[in-house]
Amino acid sequence: MTFELSDRVQTVPPSGIRRFFEIAEERDDVISLGVGEPDFATPWAARDAAITSLEQGKTSYTANRGKRELREAIADYVADRFELGYDPEEEIIVTAGASEAVDLAFRAFVDPGDTVAIAQPSYISYEPGVIFAGGEVCPVPTTEEDEFRLTAAGLEEAGADEADVLVLCYPNNPTGAIMTESDLEPIAEFVREHDLSVLSDEIYAELTYDHNEHTSIASLEGMRERTIVFNGFSKAHAMTGLRLGYALGPAAAIGAMNKVHQYTMLSAPTTAQYAALEALDSCDNDVREMVDQYDRRRQFVLSRFREIGMDVFEARGAFYCFPEVPDGFTAEEFAEGVLREEGVAVVPGDVFGAGGEGHLRISYATGLEDLRKALARIESFVENHA
Amino acid sequence: MSEREVLELLRENARYSTADIARMTDLEEQEVETTIEALEAAGVVRGYQAVVDWDKLEDERVRAEVELNVTLDRETGYDEIAARLARFPQVKALRLISGDYDFDMEVEGDSIREVSQFISEKVAPVPEITQTVTHYVMTSYKEHGIELGDGEDDDRLSFSP
Repeated sequence: MTFELSDRVQTVPPSGIRRFFEIAEERDDVISLGVGEPDFATPWAARDAAITSLEQGKTSYTANRGKRELREAIADYVADRFELGYDPEEEIIVTAGASEAVDLAFRAFVDPGDTVAIAQPSYISYEPGVIFAGGEVCPVPTTEEDEFRLTAAGLEEAGADEADVLVLCYPNNPTGAIMTESDLEPIAEFVREHDLSVLSDEIYAELTYDHNEHTSIASLEGMRERTIVFNGFSKAHAMTGLRLGYALGPAAAIGAMNKVHQYTMLSAPTTAQYAALEALDSCDNDVREMVDQYDRRRQFVLSRFREIGMDVFEARGAFYCFPEVPDGFTAEEFAEGVLREEGVAVVPGDVFGAGGEGHLRISYATGLEDLRKALARIESFVENHA
Repeated sequence: MSEREVLELLRENARYSTADIARMTDLEEQEVETTIEALEAAGVVRGYQAVVDWDKLEDERVRAEVELNVTLDRETGYDEIAARLARFPQVKALRLISGDYDFDMEVEGDSIREVSQFISEKVAPVPEITQTVTHYVMTSYKEHGIELGDGEDDDRLSFSP
């Protein structure tokens, strides 16, 4: 062997969805409900701004932390939407997607041996990120009885009082769960009491339904100084491929993240920064239209699962729903069966960590026609195996 | 509000079943049915049609956009002229518009000859019509809000985190 792999890399198992990928590749009629990205194109105004920036030859690096103009626009946006106040000069960093921001935070705040509590089920990249940084993971399962919300009792039970960092992801991927202000209060109290810092991934903040407005944990009393908020343009602005995210936090913490960022990424893609600036400036209506569409699809999918006779959690955020698999199946068996027999790709809930067992993640970031066909196929699979 | 939502969905795809619309809007199926019936009865919903990409068919279909200028007199207004033109089955759309000309008319036929003949023999002789300018449609890229052409495959990953 030419290269000796590091223990950290070897410790991380391959992604739990890779095997499904391979099965899906064998078929050409797969309808995928497995994708965690919008099926909409980036709003035209944002694309146009990106094109114009290229025409004008704006292709050099920007400041490490991102274009000042963009940081100012982000500061205005988060103040307006989420009552968050951050100084664009020192408290905001623009990154290559929110994923980079999450990675920077792990590398900036986690020492070997540190413990990172992660509310589960949630986005599958947090755990490897912690391991790559040399930390240890303390999973904090959430349950359907608690509507997949994190509770102080759950934190206590999982031993998170001993942890150094807590990772939150609300609105949640994969459950679609949200946390309201009153749900977050006891978490904030626990965090303050046990002196944890919080990494709050709020990439789905714009995607909430049933008149629920997103509350950031950083907006609660005494939390701003111990929280890093992640957000970005991938989900609400349908800009996944442009790779643009950002982190908000106290100056010293963002400074530390910037140190890692400036030696690795240098700066986020310039073209994407121009697109993002325009997205914040003029694409509110596009976002609203997309959210309306997601809401219709959400209601459609929830209602169809109930008709099929599968219990489904009432998702109120992001673009996922999280039905339970029928008796007699594990999540993996169901996902593999429905993919092989019916050509519908879904993700088994266990890959998202403790609490996800027995569920499927269904993404409704797919057109209604395909959703209708996919749900009919799932129905036929369930009937054939009843 | 529910009326508007139902209308939006019907415009998106008139073949959505009432059950599908009910699922998407959180209305009862019966409510959706009643709303649609009321919209039809009130003349808000005037019909349902397929959006066709004629270029995909081998049969020739010729379409033209025709600009019409008219001169009104005491007895004849825009409505009278419009009523006369709208009766022709070749006329697929007719709109009174502001700007350099008065009516914008969409005409369809099986051949250029048929469309030309219709305009010269049936439309131009209408006494109030002073000028016609015919633009033949060469390619249609979007109809009724739907983009035509091949469309691109969804090349997103089948699975993503």
